[in-house]
Amino acid sequence: MEFFKIRKDIPFMRHALVFNVISLITFVAAVFFLATRGLHFSVEFTGGTLIEVSYPQAADTQKIRESLAKAGYTDTQVANFGSSRDVLIRMPLRPGQDSAALGSSIMGTLQQDVAGAELKRVEFVGPQVGRELAENGAIALLLVVFGIIVYLALRFEWRFAVSAIIANLHDVVIILGFFAFFQWEFSLPVLAAVLAVLGYSVNESVVVFDRVRENFRKMRKASVPQVIDNAITSTISRTIITHGSTQLAVLSMLIFGGEVLHYFALALTIGILFGIYSSVLVASPLVMWLGVSREQFVKPQKPKEEAVV
Amino acid sequence: MNRYPLWKYILIAVALTLGLLYTLPNFYGEAPAVQVSSIKTAVKVDVKLLGRVEETLKAAGIAHDGLFADQNSVRVRFGDTETQLKARDTIERALNPDAENASYVVALNLLTRSPAWLTSLRALPMYLGLDLRGGVHFLLQVDMKGALTKRLDATAADLRSLMRDKGVRHGGIARERDQIAIRFRDAETRNKARAVVENAQPDLLLTEAQDGADFRLTAVLRPEAQQRIQEFAIKQNITTLHNRINELGVAEPVIQQQGADRIVVQLPGVQDTAKAKDILGRTATLEVRLVDDENSQNPVVMEEAAKGQPPVGTEYYVERSGAPLLVRKQVVLTGDRLTDAQPGFDSQTHEPAVHLTLDSAGARIFKDVTRDNVGKRMAILLIEKGKGEVITAPVIRTEIGGGRVQISGRMSTVEANDVALLLRAGSLAAPMEIVEERTIGPSLGAENIERGFKSTLYGFIAIAVFMVIYYLMFGLISVVALSTNLLLLIALLSMLQATLTLPGIAAIALTLGMAIDANVLINERIREELRNGVTPQAAIAAGYERAFGTILDSNVTSLIAGLALLIFGSGPVRGFAVVHCLGILTSMFSSVVVSRGIVNLVYGGRRKLAGLSIGNVAWKK
Repeated sequence: MEFFKIRKDIPFMRHALVFNVISLITFVAAVFFLATRGLHFSVEFTGGTLIEVSYPQAADTQKIRESLAKAGYTDTQVANFGSSRDVLIRMPLRPGQDSAALGSSIMGTLQQDVAGAELKRVEFVGPQVGRELAENGAIALLLVVFGIIVYLALRFEWRFAVSAIIANLHDVVIILGFFAFFQWEFSLPVLAAVLAVLGYSVNESVVVFDRVRENFRKMRKASVPQVIDNAITSTISRTIITHGSTQLAVLSMLIFGGEVLHYFALALTIGILFGIYSSVLVASPLVMWLGVSREQFVKPQKPKEEAVV
Repeated sequence: MNRYPLWKYILIAVALTLGLLYTLPNFYGEAPAVQVSSIKTAVKVDVKLLGRVEETLKAAGIAHDGLFADQNSVRVRFGDTETQLKARDTIERALNPDAENASYVVALNLLTRSPAWLTSLRALPMYLGLDLRGGVHFLLQVDMKGALTKRLDATAADLRSLMRDKGVRHGGIARERDQIAIRFRDAETRNKARAVVENAQPDLLLTEAQDGADFRLTAVLRPEAQQRIQEFAIKQNITTLHNRINELGVAEPVIQQQGADRIVVQLPGVQDTAKAKDILGRTATLEVRLVDDENSQNPVVMEEAAKGQPPVGTEYYVERSGAPLLVRKQVVLTGDRLTDAQPGFDSQTHEPAVHLTLDSAGARIFKDVTRDNVGKRMAILLIEKGKGEVITAPVIRTEIGGGRVQISGRMSTVEANDVALLLRAGSLAAPMEIVEERTIGPSLGAENIERGFKSTLYGFIAIAVFMVIYYLMFGLISVVALSTNLLLLIALLSMLQATLTLPGIAAIALTLGMAIDANVLINERIREELRNGVTPQAAIAAGYERAFGTILDSNVTSLIAGLALLIFGSGPVRGFAVVHCLGILTSMFSSVVVSRGIVNLVYGGRRKLAGLSIGNVAWKK
């Protein structure tokens, strides 16, 4: 079986401008939503208390809200979590509040209404911890970007490193844009997914760049766009199959992983889909425009190759 | 043509055998067990305890699956939960006849069912995180400023008595935020005081200032002294927490320092956060009181006292040696005055002893009391939860000055160590605050395991089906390589006993999806070579060789991201990162080395190879 039987190189580079305009528009839209709506950060980042309660029958969130308000907890968010029987209660930080007492007092209130309510988890995060997590996340992102640029610059050439990282950071911004637009919860696992996507979709660029380098040595008479077109065409089958396989695993997580892994899997899905697009159709034109040329790769004739010939 | 040298096959065989061996314990599951450990540092877990537990169970007619002892605990495995609960109650009654004064923690736990030979190879099942097994997680922030303030207050008191002893007149000593200010009338006195302080308190950094007619000397703690105090504070708090958590009856508590000023406490299986917090936040103190010797020697009074009617102003206690005694209610000294407690030996008798160091105010009180009570007995009590225990009640032989007190008599070296630890650990060196708390119910833990397992399983099946359909024989080989990857990854996680969390399981599923990339690259390359008219054997060799550079590059970039997460991530992110990084490493081995090994075994030996089972590649010509 074979999905792609491409006999001639597809002239990707001829339409490079179109692809880049498309991704520029998506990028600007993502930035716009990030700026206007902002991310909906989870308790881990903002600090606060989160209580998950499981009910024997479908839970009436309106009633829960009312009885909590009656007990003096007015600024709570109550929402179903996963199923109609599970409820997630979020509370902002209040100064001088004892988190353990809070958990048990809320459970007391809820159990008065419905006898079989069961506490599934309580998470309390203090304000300084949240701030640190956000800081560490930012540092981790910078470290990944820096590490990848250095590695690619060493293995290839700075033009490749810069285009790969631009293409993939644009993926990251788009994932964040989605989270801002839909106001999905941005939690620590989502941050992990975003960084994993960054490392993963750079792979795509690496695979294409590897081919570009190889083609510069093999296709002596071809122009730069031809070389890149050939590299993309010959790797596109692998790119789609690999991403498809990874997406199979992520899809399985999206279906079976439950609520905790839901946004993690969602972030990966967006990352994988945009990863294919950006690393192939954004990174390659960038390399071309940054002025890559055959001389940068074939200057020193390798003695090994001569020996083979 | 495509053959591996023998050593490569041996390498693969060894890796697979080790992989199987260390993955094996995960299949046996866990059996209910009862774990007995000691609360009191003075009561040690030894072979005798093992015998006692065994006899107790035998006497009660409870069958068990095996008894195990390690340094800190005795564990007994049972067939089912019902027997486990029955056994817990039986052992509890036998070992702790007095529930108020328990010496052992008898806790429910889970033990692996894997056979003893596996356990002796240190092959253990993966260590599950709290989100998978349920429990409480606390992150405590130690108030370092509080520790320093406490120290400065004590130092200010020391300085006052120092000035008095040396006859230096001053106009007041006070702590002003993080410094101590001493005022003088003239520069000469100040100079004199400076010399005295510098000599007695090397930890202080002194500066002089003049404010009108006021000559001031300000003292701050030297940075190195501050650091020492902070390190000591966090260590002591950890020791204290250890002692307290022992009483909760938690089978495998985790108490670790995190960063410079934080402590992580994880209590698997504990659901009652409020109680856990109550115990964590409790304070224990030391008290020194005088013994009512006259009444203690009167058998009639003692009999009354044992029934709960001690004479007015006294309390009835039983000493560690078993001797009863009456202790006066009036407190001579409290643990606040104690600055250190170290085990050691009596300089004359060479008996094991505990050396206590008191602060200056404490030393003065102690000197006065001992002078007035030579020949009488003095009791040292540890007060916890409003309940006291007499650790020792020695006879005062002479007046004791200088703030150095020695407790000795009827103590072994082990006991001396433990008493010193107990005294040091009695109270917290610095206040603590809970900055993060997580409680996970046991049902959620089980749910999370199932979710993670299902995600991985179905993801794997989907990929396997696709690969076999798309690449036929080579697809099958890729799937075998992918299974090896899974096997090695789980073996590695079991071997390292890294904590497996739900994000960690997600990382396993993701690793599988990403690891197949290498095989796709190889298979696509082989197809391409075949299409270009290369012979099958050459296509295999070229496919693997050419794909390797790409595989290396792409894995290194993934690894960079993984390492960054590992370094800067915490909690769930770190759980993800550990598995992600390990998975990248194992996938490099399995998808390149192992899959090539299988290809070589299947195709490598054939001289006349007409084609490869990798799908139709004839369309281009």
